[in-house]
Amino acid sequence: MEILLQNFDLLIFLILIVLGYSAGTWAEKRHYRSINKREKELIKLAVVTAEGNFPPGRVADSTLVSGSVVVSIDYFKRLLAILRNIFGGRVKSYESLVDRARREAILRMKESAKKQGASMIINMRLETATIGRSANKKKSVGSVEAIAYGTAIVMNK
Amino acid sequence: MIMTNVNTVPGKKIVEHFGIVQGSTVRAKHFGRDFMAGLKNLVGGELKGYTELLQDSRQEAMKRMEEQARQMGANAVVNIRFATSSVAQGAAELFAYGTAVRVE
Repeated sequence: MEILLQNFDLLIFLILIVLGYSAGTWAEKRHYRSINKREKELIKLAVVTAEGNFPPGRVADSTLVSGSVVVSIDYFKRLLAILRNIFGGRVKSYESLVDRARREAILRMKESAKKQGASMIINMRLETATIGRSANKKKSVGSVEAIAYGTAIVMNK
Repeated sequence: MIMTNVNTVPGKKIVEHFGIVQGSTVRAKHFGRDFMAGLKNLVGGELKGYTELLQDSRQEAMKRMEEQARQMGANAVVNIRFATSSVAQGAAELFAYGTAVRVE
């Protein structure tokens, strides 16, 4: 007991790691499940990065749609990434973070396009930015923002 | 006002170009949200406060751009692009730019 009290800092550190690992993994799994489910639902809505050419009279309406999300990484994975920085190589924990953010952003864009009755989205662009407290400390990317935007096309029936 | 991020307004013809229009805003979030985001940083996941903040500010930037285009006498903005940059601790700049045009 006394050792524990003496190493109070270490104890907090360990608790944070365990909390980060368990809560982070759980949240990530849940997020991936929801992403997969919604991607299946919205698969009918085509998204292309090309600019389409439409014959006159076919397009009823075109609007800009966008979706964005800010996702942050958990304490455990951040630690893993710092360790990874020593040896170099793939940083898997960050790969999944950015992947989740992009897919979620695209999904939100699609959802808002669907609400407007659009049948396709053309010229989609993706952008990523780091924001928040860690944004100016170049070394630690804590949270990442992904934004997807494109032009939703409503076709004439 | 028609907004698109393609070179033209699909299905319509551009009759006049007015040049570039832009809108930007710099936002910082209030202490409470920042604190919550700090806590959320431990467990990971979506930072809803930040997402909302950025969405609001992007809308604001778009509104300013639209206002500028309207003053020029345009009725559409094409080729819109977004950019984000962090100018200071905890503040983010959101920036939208495009070309103001008139379609028939």
